Amino acid sequence: MRGDSGPLVIEYGDYECPYCARTDRLLAELPIVRVFRHFPVPSKHPRARPLALAAEAAGRQGRFWEMHDSLFGDQGHLDDPHLWERVRGLGLDLERFEADRRSPELDERVTRDFHSGVRAGVMSTPTLFVDGEACPGVPKPELLERLGRG
Amino acid sequence: MIEPGSPAPDFKLRDQDGLEISLDDLRGQTVVLVFYPLDFSPVCTDQLSIYQELAADFESRGVKLYGVSVDSAFAHKAFQEKLNLTIPLLADFEPKGEVAKAYGVYNDDYGTAQRALVMIGPDGVVQWAYCSPSPLEIPGANLIFDALEPSAA
Repeated sequence: MRGDSGPLVIEYGDYECPYCARTDRLLAELPIVRVFRHFPVPSKHPRARPLALAAEAAGRQGRFWEMHDSLFGDQGHLDDPHLWERVRGLGLDLERFEADRRSPELDERVTRDFHSGVRAGVMSTPTLFVDGEACPGVPKPELLERLGRG
Repeated sequence: MIEPGSPAPDFKLRDQDGLEISLDDLRGQTVVLVFYPLDFSPVCTDQLSIYQELAADFESRGVKLYGVSVDSAFAHKAFQEKLNLTIPLLADFEPKGEVAKAYGVYNDDYGTAQRALVMIGPDGVVQWAYCSPSPLEIPGANLIFDALEPSAA
């Protein structure tokens, strides 16, 4: 959860999806409370799941959103050595990160996110939920304006 | 579109490997025919990739999915490899769209099947069917789960 006040926006996304990165930049400018849920689809984006696990592993050290921003900020460098560089850049414990991102607990967590999305009808990324209403795709200007009013 | 309760029209189609599969071969299990417009559609997350992620969940409920479009077996093979799919893809290719027409989910304007789901019981009777209002709207996998648990819907 990120943001202090404003409407709640739940985003289902994947760190390898360019439309999700665009959406993330648009949402970052709004006075909203944000929740991010993982919706990795490996057959389309083979790195999506390892990246979701990397963000969660950073979260174990209190830096989920920093890793989240880092991944969406540069989708051209998503291999393991790039992840280690990001981990060092954020000042995280690399050994712990490596152990955490392979832990069954985090794997289950990502799977739980994916299934919650499926049950809510998510079929493409990004999909936002605003007031319980599903808004698939990069948010349209009308939606951004509505959210911008707070 | 075909109504629940009616017998599912028989078909004989080739899969991505050129093997003929008929509805008769599928008797005894619950089958969902996933009609979709075309292989290689350009959306960020493909319908079949998501169904693929859930294939194990469907299987554990005794349900087998088959994709159906008007593409040829060769196109299906390439599409399957591109998306790493294990879901079989059936070629409704010649006569084009014959099976989609038999199930009432052919779109004459586009010359393809519509996005539709048809659940067929082990006895060959249609249990449930859904057609998307537009080809751009992807039927959520949640609809299949809901159809499997009518009491929980």
